[in-house]
Amino acid sequence: MILINNVSKIYPGHNGNEPTVALEDISFKISKPEFVSIVGRSGAGKTTLLKLILAEEEPTQGRVFFDKLDVHKIKRSELYKFRRRIGTVFQDYKLLPAKTTYENIAYVMEVMGATDEEIKRDLPQILDLVGLANRAHNFPKELSGGERQRAAIARALIHRPDVILADEPTGNLDPYNSFEIIRLLVKIYQMGTTIVLATHDKEVINTLKRRVITLDQGKLIRDEERGRFVL
Amino acid sequence: MFISLKRIIIGGWVSFARNIGLNVGTIFVILMAVLLVSFLFIFNIAAGDLIAKIQARVDISVYFKEDIPPENIMEIQAEIKEIPEVKEVSYTSKEEALSNFIERHKNDPIVMESLAEVGDNPFLPSLNIKVMQASQYEQINSFLQESSFNDSIEKIDYYQRKPVIEKVFSVTNSINTSGVIVSIILGLIASLIAFNTIRIAICNSSEEISTMRLVGASNWFIRGPFLIQGAISGVFASIVAVVVTFLASYALNSKVLLITGDISILKIFLGSFLTLFFIQIITGIGLGAASSYIAIRRYLKI
Repeated sequence: MILINNVSKIYPGHNGNEPTVALEDISFKISKPEFVSIVGRSGAGKTTLLKLILAEEEPTQGRVFFDKLDVHKIKRSELYKFRRRIGTVFQDYKLLPAKTTYENIAYVMEVMGATDEEIKRDLPQILDLVGLANRAHNFPKELSGGERQRAAIARALIHRPDVILADEPTGNLDPYNSFEIIRLLVKIYQMGTTIVLATHDKEVINTLKRRVITLDQGKLIRDEERGRFVL
Repeated sequence: MFISLKRIIIGGWVSFARNIGLNVGTIFVILMAVLLVSFLFIFNIAAGDLIAKIQARVDISVYFKEDIPPENIMEIQAEIKEIPEVKEVSYTSKEEALSNFIERHKNDPIVMESLAEVGDNPFLPSLNIKVMQASQYEQINSFLQESSFNDSIEKIDYYQRKPVIEKVFSVTNSINTSGVIVSIILGLIASLIAFNTIRIAICNSSEEISTMRLVGASNWFIRGPFLIQGAISGVFASIVAVVVTFLASYALNSKVLLITGDISILKIFLGSFLTLFFIQIITGIGLGAASSYIAIRRYLKI
């Protein structure tokens, strides 16, 4: 489903600084459906890797395939069609501040061209799933961190994507909320969606007991089927 | 397609209503640009009227010898009228010239005394010629000098008036030219200010725009609501501009009348209301939507 093939990403140095190597010759494959965690310290290259999958960044070397589609060969004006196959959860939520929870989630369906009836049918279900039914008409600034992250997950999920990329979804949350979010992601995975979770949260990884890819200073140092957080 | 269009329009309206504070600022700058365009529009019509009035006062007079009978002069008048460039030819007889002179100077005893001293009617019968364009006076002048009735002519006062005529036309031409140049420069400045304000407003939404791209929105689906917001600001700006232009024309009308004699800006406003409103609304919407379109481009590259 996702194939990372000898990918390197080097950010050029400015003002005489050395170039930064974010990823160095990374290769792995994710099949469908799978729950994969990408772990590593801050700066290990986890976010860069997710950005490369989403075609937000271009690799310096190597290729990224999504179902045999080379994602960096897609024209910029056509990228949106590819991105509709992926749901993304960002560490800083990236909810649209001028839209309510309901509108934020509905936006993705609107983007896909869903009818008003479909939106009215699906939205309450997803709000129930993430436990935000009573916060539907609040703006993001009126939600707590955990609620915002759940809204972001609902947005990533609503259009039934093939894959959900979650970049440090528990990064700004307390342990209780973190486990709520992880439980939600596991539930989504059990319903048949591939999850790629980037995190540096040791507790989370050790409870999951699923595939773990460990990055260190841009290099892939471990890829285990039932991994633990070891650095 | 239709559902997307509906969502773009509703999305634009909702964003407009929710960001009303920021949009009032945008409306205000677009308003300045639209008012400027309106002012230049009215100014150009008023200046055109004024120029036409000044030009209408320019003419040349042909004085005939004393012994030429009025019938002959009438014939010559008819002949001159045939020339396509000639707008108007009027005949002033010896007697009319005298009575006009007396009428004009009746309160001036010295002039009247001198006239009495001359005794006889010293005035000559004349034809007063007006042409369509200033440049044609020279042609009329040479036509008269080469004509068959040149012998009957005592004098043509073209040469005495030539400097005045040329001065009037060069002044009016330069008013026209500088009007156009000033309009273009001020229009550009106003557009740039409006553009910059909208650019800053959109820059605040850059994060949002990139999120929209990342969740799979097409460029038009992102751009649309911003264009609609810009256009709505433009519509509001032009509505306010109409009211302000009306009030300004109403308030300044008497003062302008006093200076120019008979040019009423209120009349110009009412007379060309539809054209002016059309220009205002096109400027407002165009400026709002075009600025949004250009400003958003760089944020769609993610």
